[in-house]
Amino acid sequence: MNKQAILESVVQPYMKEEQPDIRPGDTVKAHVKVREGGKERIQVFEGTVIAVRHGGIQKNVTIRKISSGIGVERTFPVHSPLVAKFEITRRGKVRRAKLYYLRDKVGKAARIEERR
Amino acid sequence: MSRSPGHPLSQRLCQVRATGGKLPEARLLPGILGYKVGMTQVFNDEGRIVPVTVVQAGPVIVTQVKTPEKDGYSAVQIGFGDQSEKHLTFPKFGHLKKAGVNKNLRHLREFRVESTEAFTPGQEITAEIFSAGEPVTVTAKGKGRGFQGGVKRYHFKGQHMTHGYMTHRRPLSSGATGPQRVFKGTKKPGHMGDERVTQKGLKVVAVDAERGLILVSGSVPGGNGCLVTINKVAK
Repeated sequence: MNKQAILESVVQPYMKEEQPDIRPGDTVKAHVKVREGGKERIQVFEGTVIAVRHGGIQKNVTIRKISSGIGVERTFPVHSPLVAKFEITRRGKVRRAKLYYLRDKVGKAARIEERR
Repeated sequence: MSRSPGHPLSQRLCQVRATGGKLPEARLLPGILGYKVGMTQVFNDEGRIVPVTVVQAGPVIVTQVKTPEKDGYSAVQIGFGDQSEKHLTFPKFGHLKKAGVNKNLRHLREFRVESTEAFTPGQEITAEIFSAGEPVTVTAKGKGRGFQGGVKRYHFKGQHMTHGYMTHRRPLSSGATGPQRVFKGTKKPGHMGDERVTQKGLKVVAVDAERGLILVSGSVPGGNGCLVTINKVAK
């Protein structure tokens, strides 16, 4: 067994079997488990996916939203047990893999066309 | 060498099987040898990411037991890894034959132990001597960096890159003019790395006993594929 195969098999039990097909430009709801005072609840973070980083267990998605006028970005490890699920609410039509240019755009300029 | 029923190794294997594949006394071995496979990450119970180094550890075979009576101190010599017949030296061949080991072990290392009672030559010890959560240190030969300047080697500050400075990364002064010489041990450019490094404060994250894999938290010295020693930390 080569080294890469060993590394992949080691992280296999930590990975989720099913993954949603998240692409840059999509609008996604991330359901995050939050622990507060011994209680666990689900918090939803909804926004536009501006980046997807691949790499097996290290795969993560960066979601950007405008919260009360201020841009907020959060990066979620896709395989993290703290992320309960991703819900895709809208597919976006974009021509880049990384949508970092959205950080400099506001309002109408930051719109993304819907993909059908 | 073939394994016959009367072979010391076979006898030992029978004993191992009789105890359900486990020899609790082997836990007394203070460390194990392995090859560094590489790094990846896993999630802990809290869901947090833990960076881990995967080590292909063991099985190691006891090749010699040193006793105070005979050798003046007590230690266990263990062997690990494969070596082709071509590279096996004759003295090592004789040494392994004496221990009753029918495998061309590549690396031989010694561990000091308080009591040698639990060990016999030919005995096989696996990664099972470690358990998750255990504190460990990892020793290996670090990556060689070649001839390096003072900035990289000793974290000298260096000089300005701009503002008209014409020296950038030089070591500058070698000391005072009074002694009219440079003291020994003065930090200068030179060869860096390729020496034994011990990384302390690590933890065993998980043990895959079946395949002999140990997951150690954080990074360990050396490149992928190099020989590492995982040591238990004395309590």
